[in-house]
Amino acid sequence: MPNHTVGGHSDITQEAHGVEIPDDRRYGQTHEWAKQESDLVRVGISDYAQGQLGDIVFLELPEPGRPVQQGEPLGTVESVKAVCDLWAPVSGEVVEMNDELADRPELVNEDPYGQGWMVVIRTGDVSELASLMDASAYAQHCEESAT
Amino acid sequence: MTYVPHSDADWSAMLAAVGAGSVEDLFRDIPHSLRETAVANLPEPLTEPELLAHMRGLARKNDSVEDLICFAGGGLYDRFIPSIVADVVGRPEFLTGYTQYQPEASQGMLQALFEYQSMICELTAMPMANASLYDGASALGEAILLAAGETQRRRALVSRALAPAARHVAQTYCSAMGIEIVEVPYVAGSGETDLDALRAAVDDEVCCVALQQPNYFGVLEDMEGAAGLAHDAGALFVAQVEPISLGILRPPGAYGADIAIGEGQPLGLPMGYGGPLLGLFACRQEVMRRVPGRIVGQTVDVAGNLAYCLTLQAREQHIRREKATSNICTSESLCALAAAVYLAALGPVGLREVAEQSARKAHYLADRLRESGVARVRLAAPFLSEFVLDTGAPGEEAVARLAERGYLVGPALGRAYPELANCVLVAVTEQRTREELDGLVGVLAS
Amino acid sequence: MPQPTLLSIAQTGKRCTRLPAGDVPERDLADLVPVHHLREASPRLPEVSEPEIARHYALLARDTFNIDRGFYPLGSCTMKYNPKVNERIAAMPGWALLHPDTPAPHAQGTLRLIRELEGWLAELGGMDAATLQPPAGAAGEFCCVRMFRAYHDSRGDERRTRIIVPDSAHGTNPASVTRCAYTATTIRSSGGRVDLGELGRALGDDVAGVMLTNPNTLGLFETDILQIVQMVHAAGAMAYYDGANMNAIMGYARPGDMGFDAMHFNLHKTFATPHGGGGPGAGPVAVKEHLAPFLPVPRAVERDGALDWDWDYPQSIGRVHSYHGNFLVAVRAYAYLLTHGAEGLRRVSEAAVLNANYLAEALKDTLDLPHAGPFMHECVLSAQSLASETGIRALDIAKALIDYGVHAPTVYFPLIVKEAIMVEPTETESKATLDWFIAIVREIVEQARSDPQLLREAPHHASVRRVDEATAARHPKLTWG
Repeated sequence: MPNHTVGGHSDITQEAHGVEIPDDRRYGQTHEWAKQESDLVRVGISDYAQGQLGDIVFLELPEPGRPVQQGEPLGTVESVKAVCDLWAPVSGEVVEMNDELADRPELVNEDPYGQGWMVVIRTGDVSELASLMDASAYAQHCEESAT
Repeated sequence: MTYVPHSDADWSAMLAAVGAGSVEDLFRDIPHSLRETAVANLPEPLTEPELLAHMRGLARKNDSVEDLICFAGGGLYDRFIPSIVADVVGRPEFLTGYTQYQPEASQGMLQALFEYQSMICELTAMPMANASLYDGASALGEAILLAAGETQRRRALVSRALAPAARHVAQTYCSAMGIEIVEVPYVAGSGETDLDALRAAVDDEVCCVALQQPNYFGVLEDMEGAAGLAHDAGALFVAQVEPISLGILRPPGAYGADIAIGEGQPLGLPMGYGGPLLGLFACRQEVMRRVPGRIVGQTVDVAGNLAYCLTLQAREQHIRREKATSNICTSESLCALAAAVYLAALGPVGLREVAEQSARKAHYLADRLRESGVARVRLAAPFLSEFVLDTGAPGEEAVARLAERGYLVGPALGRAYPELANCVLVAVTEQRTREELDGLVGVLAS
Repeated sequence: MPQPTLLSIAQTGKRCTRLPAGDVPERDLADLVPVHHLREASPRLPEVSEPEIARHYALLARDTFNIDRGFYPLGSCTMKYNPKVNERIAAMPGWALLHPDTPAPHAQGTLRLIRELEGWLAELGGMDAATLQPPAGAAGEFCCVRMFRAYHDSRGDERRTRIIVPDSAHGTNPASVTRCAYTATTIRSSGGRVDLGELGRALGDDVAGVMLTNPNTLGLFETDILQIVQMVHAAGAMAYYDGANMNAIMGYARPGDMGFDAMHFNLHKTFATPHGGGGPGAGPVAVKEHLAPFLPVPRAVERDGALDWDWDYPQSIGRVHSYHGNFLVAVRAYAYLLTHGAEGLRRVSEAAVLNANYLAEALKDTLDLPHAGPFMHECVLSAQSLASETGIRALDIAKALIDYGVHAPTVYFPLIVKEAIMVEPTETESKATLDWFIAIVREIVEQARSDPQLLREAPHHASVRRVDEATAARHPKLTWG
């Protein structure tokens, strides 16, 4: 795995089924990660999720300005032979989306926690992050999903 | 006779291998009550010679275009089919394979479908096409549903001069989804879609406007004008086209169509009492991920060589299930192959000749009818190779009377257009000779 | 390597088909059609000669897998042998060269065939009425669900918004549900079959219908089927039978007798009409009496010995096809039924089921067999253990089979089996073919342990190496333009 500039997760503490789960962020049941950056939350999908999906070919992401509610659909992620919904891990307003992914969706496979980020949400309530899993709980969750 | 190849010895050996005393044992999960009533009352089986004799006898009860001189139209036409078309589609490789789920095993058919898509794009001047839908009617239904999804609007405006069967099928599709289809009237005297009525009806709740070129009456429409009205309201413009006519007529891409659809039967398919047919579907790139049906793409293999595969599959039911763009799975691949071979066999010059000869002969016939005064060409707008004839008597009766005398015209228009109860469609293809055209005039006169 | 495209071998001036010279007075096109309607440049279609076209497609044919060439155990698709005589029959001018608007008195042979085939399908399905109009299986599904909606509406019962489908269902089922503005409720299977508790919890007075395939996509007969349909009816919902797997039960069970209200047939599966590289197929629908008023129009009727089309069904859902469905496909199915008779069809199902069980028995120690038999016409194996042990997945096995001249089984479906390998041998394969296939699968599994890299790179002997489907979808190139 290459070094990242955006996520900057040097301290990887968890691993499940050979996938990386950095502990500098929180995780949703449906395999999104959410990383707090002051009052902003950067969102992507986990290494486990990209591995399950396989080669990602297309993403449908919300335009900046769109209000979102935690647990509501945010967009979709398509691989060659699967599609999954991307659910908002926190509520707020989308302030940025990763334009780079339109031309290079493979970044999600290559660097899910870094260049493969999807959107940034400005959240009024960072406490929502607490309702998500930490890395070790998420590692457990991946173990259970795999069986 | 069946096509089960097992010898008695193999049958017994296999039963022993699975530990079954008899084959009935393998059906033990089926409740007894069901097994008792399951014997169907069907005719006794026939041998191949008996079968052929039976089928010939039954087929002889039909009067095909070998028995009746065909002037029938309305979407399907008696056109010449080059021998090479039947030869290619009859090859077991194309005939007996299935959808190319494993691209490495089926590069040939994939390439053939890719070439089909390419030729449909050349013909329509649209940037992309799918690998077929069921027929022109389902293509209209799918186009409206695509437009509704794209615009998030729930009303479609469809010209009343667009094929009634296609409108009927689209109605079945759309009514199920709560999408309203509003008909745009045609101008009574000319047969053209009433663009003033369209202008009055189109607003920001309309997902698309659909017209046919030439329309169901054979009349040429102002497609550019209609497209402009659609686009001004933020609606998509759907052009239903007759593929042979595109040998000479302006293509949908030139007048701003967002989706071009059509019935592909004239491209080398036998009429077959109306099926199988070929739904043509081409569109702008912007709606690519909403397109229904299979799409073939060009790519490379791991060694970097050119290769083909089904692509954008995440749109489809086998992956997206209830969120798929359509429920379509099996479509009309072999018919698409026939169309590609037909277009290659004719080429641009041949296609133009087919379209031109059809038009010339149709106009010759219309002129002869006008001169003789036996029947009236009802609609005044310019037509291409099909027109509406007023027979002065109920259309169904005229069709029946002419069929008794060896000429097939129609369909009669009364069912779909009560105001044209005395009218029938007359279509002329390149197949008709001057003698046959004169013959029809003579029969109408007598 | 792929062949050059037709366009790339084309040269200006080459021709294949030529027309006779026109025999009406030559008139300039501009005299007939206002010039603004005419296209400025001809479409850029290939200009090629007939020998070049023949060669082109012969080479493409060489690179196209098909039933005549080899074993095609593509689960769920019933890739059985397509009888040659049926092609000869479908090409008879009386069928092929008939315009659909030919007046009924001149199309009595066709109307007779349609009436008889509809009757036979209703008989085989244990139903009361049928239509040939739906042009494919999914169109038949849509037609049935659309009729459910019309039926409930006709009774003023408009609170029903959901259709239940099991998690093992074909994707077309939930997609057809959406096409009727219903919501699909997916229920979990247990032990490979419908879980009655799950079904009971999902049922309610807002359920319009249930869609079931029986035997299901795991090749298992739903042993509780009578109770299942009773539960569905008790909730006021309709039961639809997906006829995809009808090849398993002819002469042994009829959907109508199970209690189903509507069903579709796949003529291209059960009755051996060619799959055409992805169609045309045909998806006729058969229903019980209470749904008959909602069938598509027009319907073939007989009055005083004469056959005609009747449009007078005010409750009909309308048309689902431009004309009368894929008629030339129906002609082939009609001939197939006449060739077999009831006994012959029973023998078809018996051989299909015997073949599937024989394969399952032989391969159960080579791969995982997540659900025990007896199987009906197909079985679902799994490469999950092999994948954890060697990293070789169902997809690698599928690609390796291509090198042996076998079409891959269906992989990764049904979704409820991980690393699924769904094998449907059909009745037209001999024991020798099955034994050969068994030996090949064992060899591939052996290779997974000895030389997995070779398998990861398979196929090695097809016309191309493993195709990059990700690039195709990321950067779609859909035409030669």
